[in-house]
Amino acid sequence: MIKLDSKIPEGPLAEKWSRYKTGLRLVNPANKKKIDIIVVGTGLAGAGAASALGELGYNVKVFCFQDSPRRAHSVAAQGGINAAKNYRNDNDSIYRLFHDMMKGGDYRAREANVYRASEVSNDVIDHFTAMGVPFARDYGGSLDTRSFGGVQVSRTFYAKGQTGQQCLLGTYSSLNRQIAKGTVKIFPRRDMLDIVVVEGKARGVITRNLVTGELERHSAHAVVLATGGYGTVYYLSTLGLGSNASAAWSAYRKGAVFANPSFIQIHPTSIPVLNDYQCKLTLMSESLRNDGRVWVPKEKGDKRHPNEIAEEDRDYYLERRYPAFGNLVPRDVASRAAKERCDAGYGAGDTGLSVYLDFKDAINKQGEKAIRDKYGNLFEMYEKITGVNPYKQPMRIYPAGHYTMGGLWVDYNLMTTIPGLYAIGESNFSDHGANRLGASSLMQCSGDGYFILPNTISDYLADDIRTGKIPVDQPAFEEAEKQVADRIQKIMDVGGKETASSFHKRLGKIMWDYCGMRRDAEGLKKGMELLIQLEEEFWKNICIPGTDKELNQELEKALKVADFFEVGRLMCEDALQREESCGAHFREEHQTETGEAKRNDAKFAYVAAWEYQGPKAKPILHKEALEFKYVELKERSYK
Amino acid sequence: MKKSVINLSSLSQKYVMALAGMFLMIFLIFHLATNLLMLAGDGGKAFSEAVTFLTESPLVKIMEYVLFAGFLIHILLGLVLQWHNYRSRPVKYHTRLRSETSTFSRFMFHTGVIIFVFLVIHLINFFFIRLGWVAQPDHAAHQHDFYSMAVVLFQNPWYTAIYLVSFVFLGFHLKHAFQSSFQSLGLNHTKYTPVIKVIGIIYAIAISVGFAIIPVYFLFFY
Amino acid sequence: MNFTLKIWRQKNANAKGSFQTYPLKDVSPEMSFLEMLDYLNNQLIARGNEPVTFEHDCREGICGSCGLYINGRPHGPQRSTTTCELHMRDFKDGETIVIEPWRSKAFPVIKDLIVDRSSFERIMHAGGFVNVNVGCAPESNSNPIGKLIADKVFDAAACIGCGACVAACKNSSAMLYAAAKIAQYAMIPQGKVEAKERVDKMVKQMDAEGFGFCSNTYACEFDCPKGISTDFIALMNREFFSSKACKQKHA
Repeated sequence: MIKLDSKIPEGPLAEKWSRYKTGLRLVNPANKKKIDIIVVGTGLAGAGAASALGELGYNVKVFCFQDSPRRAHSVAAQGGINAAKNYRNDNDSIYRLFHDMMKGGDYRAREANVYRASEVSNDVIDHFTAMGVPFARDYGGSLDTRSFGGVQVSRTFYAKGQTGQQCLLGTYSSLNRQIAKGTVKIFPRRDMLDIVVVEGKARGVITRNLVTGELERHSAHAVVLATGGYGTVYYLSTLGLGSNASAAWSAYRKGAVFANPSFIQIHPTSIPVLNDYQCKLTLMSESLRNDGRVWVPKEKGDKRHPNEIAEEDRDYYLERRYPAFGNLVPRDVASRAAKERCDAGYGAGDTGLSVYLDFKDAINKQGEKAIRDKYGNLFEMYEKITGVNPYKQPMRIYPAGHYTMGGLWVDYNLMTTIPGLYAIGESNFSDHGANRLGASSLMQCSGDGYFILPNTISDYLADDIRTGKIPVDQPAFEEAEKQVADRIQKIMDVGGKETASSFHKRLGKIMWDYCGMRRDAEGLKKGMELLIQLEEEFWKNICIPGTDKELNQELEKALKVADFFEVGRLMCEDALQREESCGAHFREEHQTETGEAKRNDAKFAYVAAWEYQGPKAKPILHKEALEFKYVELKERSYK
Repeated sequence: MKKSVINLSSLSQKYVMALAGMFLMIFLIFHLATNLLMLAGDGGKAFSEAVTFLTESPLVKIMEYVLFAGFLIHILLGLVLQWHNYRSRPVKYHTRLRSETSTFSRFMFHTGVIIFVFLVIHLINFFFIRLGWVAQPDHAAHQHDFYSMAVVLFQNPWYTAIYLVSFVFLGFHLKHAFQSSFQSLGLNHTKYTPVIKVIGIIYAIAISVGFAIIPVYFLFFY
Repeated sequence: MNFTLKIWRQKNANAKGSFQTYPLKDVSPEMSFLEMLDYLNNQLIARGNEPVTFEHDCREGICGSCGLYINGRPHGPQRSTTTCELHMRDFKDGETIVIEPWRSKAFPVIKDLIVDRSSFERIMHAGGFVNVNVGCAPESNSNPIGKLIADKVFDAAACIGCGACVAACKNSSAMLYAAAKIAQYAMIPQGKVEAKERVDKMVKQMDAEGFGFCSNTYACEFDCPKGISTDFIALMNREFFSSKACKQKHA
């Protein structure tokens, strides 16, 4: 059985990282050339890590399923990236950023990791600026910032509503630079289907070439997963359609423990579902809540046109319930409040599953131009999708599955429980606790990739300077490839009637209904049962046209969906054991009289890390106790 | 992969094309200015004097070669570009491109070909005589008596028609060419580019109408 | 709504492709264009046929994966819109919609409507970056950049690399794509240092990929889903000239 060791260094919080770093072993430049590293995923974390490792002189192989690294889903992050620069003189500091993240995460994250993420945030901004990322600037030419949900300072750097795109393209450019230098080799259009573990160490991956359908073996001295989150478990989510859990899941199956799977953020401001064939929910950046006011009609089932509903007939429920933070409460709180209103029958639109986000006051006060400058592209996007002009009438929004705080368990080095296997960015669990604050995802991904992993990985690789190339013709690779090939064959052989998307949709519905924004024990048990039934049905009735030896998008989808059944089950399992409400995880059984989340620090101040025991067996739960020395655990109040 | 028939980068070719075009546009201004002297109403005296001055000036003699080079480069490069561009999309679209672009810009090659055909006719009519390739018409007093040649030529309505049509296409070609050459040379500015575009339109109209007046004048008013 | 779809089908890069016609009934006007294709694919699979393969991912107009040539226009009839953002309400009921892949020598078809855009990647490898190592960055505000320039830089940087500019150009030229990146870096102090070598290398690579030449029709700007201006092409031309004119020999 695995024993968790978080390897959190001793010493005062503010000095942990710098002290620890100096103690890490290095690999000398001549030896770096002898070491191969595989990076899977080319989002902010993956591309950042690959380029940073390339700069150091390692041989890096980087994989992505898209045709270009530039299309990784970091590209879709809108609002911004946090850093404790204190450019506004609003008394911001690394400690305050740390504190906000701890509180925002409802005290379910590691202090040391969160502090480190805050610490490197300033370096991240400097590095992006140096790479030419066009952050918004004020007239004097300095970087501009804006405020974001859950905090009272203005520390979010942004590039219109396309901050993720600009940061990713900056990272992509640094990756390209290394590709040109030959230190990084890029393998696009590859799905990673399995990790290869040799003598207990991660030594390679099995990938499928998505164009030819061939399985390929790649070996390395260390493997870094930067494969993002599993939010598509809900089918309808703000993620890209290709985003999936399979890479992380294959690591889980090979023995990497998976932490806090049920912590999954439901973003409060996405465009609501408009038709039955919809397979994607588009996010409207949280930054909109800076100027937009959220409301529903005061009267149940008031179906009047929003512009006709008079001021006194509107219920600005966030301002009413949370006067201190108003419309800028954290995401989990805003999402639940919206769901509460809609469930109570006050929702807007035909379906009653949406609330209004109104810019009338902001436009009256600041002028349409000011609003256009800040959010122009988001407003355009909204109009394109819905056909409604948000300058003239309020937007309709509804919560949607968005970000997974849970992920592969990693220690302070960002290494999973499989030696040599690292997880960075959204694919690990480390920095956001039970809820992520807006704009700290880009920050964490870039910090992990550029500034943390390159330091910690050398400590592990220092033992590998004499290992030499890892041959791919050894039994572990053969076996892994055979397993993958068998799985593909099995899925191709079913020859059923139902498409992968259809199964995915049904799966998503189960997850949304039973393991979504509000959960209870009965529902979670029911959900697990339904998942088992659906999985059985899947293996009897999945239909995949074509062959596996060609570009076959249906096969790609089916392989991803096949893993989601297990992901969903583990989510339910985790949600069930956590008999408290914290952050994004809300148990009906555990709430205050006013309907706020009720945490139980005495019993649940731990990371729930699950160890795989086989496809049908119940996984083993390991608990990593969380120690809080620098923050006081308080009820998270935004009132 | 071979870039193009000529070993110059795409942008260098674009530069040369634009420079040659700009030079030709300047030439057109001089050409038109000289031609308009035909309308002085003095039986071509002023015009002939100008022509004599020009043909005897050594500078103009040199410029004549430069002009030929300019035409040659512009035409050959045009062909090369067209060929290269044709090859860069080996499988064509089934539906015609419907992007809204200026019609003139899309048909630069086509108008170019028409202008080239016109140029050949024009050279036969006026220039080859001087080289002795074409017999000097009887009524012309000497090799450089372009005025008499023009008088005779444009009293033929067919020639007048050919010239007029060609000038229309020349106008089309120039309308795009003027601002396009600035763009190609990178002479672009948010403040001045709109002005350049307007000047381009005025220039194109002025040149084509200016040249057109002469055959019309000789056909109807002489 | 009902439509007749005429779609390019091609089994793989080497196969000979052809158009197939599919009538499609009961399309909701709320569907996005890609959801309409999903809907078609569901029906094709149900009938035992192979679904139409097309590239897509984010479905919110930012990743640049999707790119279909629809009725003679890259990304369809709406301006400043990617294929995934296009909705069926923008089409007329009963219309015939012809869907083709991007066509260019530098974008060979991989399958059905998917093309290989790796030529774009190689242009970026040639110089689409600032040479700065992790750890060498100065304080962010040590290089002030005026708001007007910063906004312009953003406009250039907004490119999503979809390839619509090439698809829209009658010459299938990639100038707008290359220019956007060249301009983005040429306008800011961080990128100016190596602006001359950058433009030189990127243009060279662009030519080597077999893209056509620019003849300033500005179709690229018209059909760019992000509305990137051809002013940046002029800027690139200028940069290129100064690079050629001021080229220094290495000692």
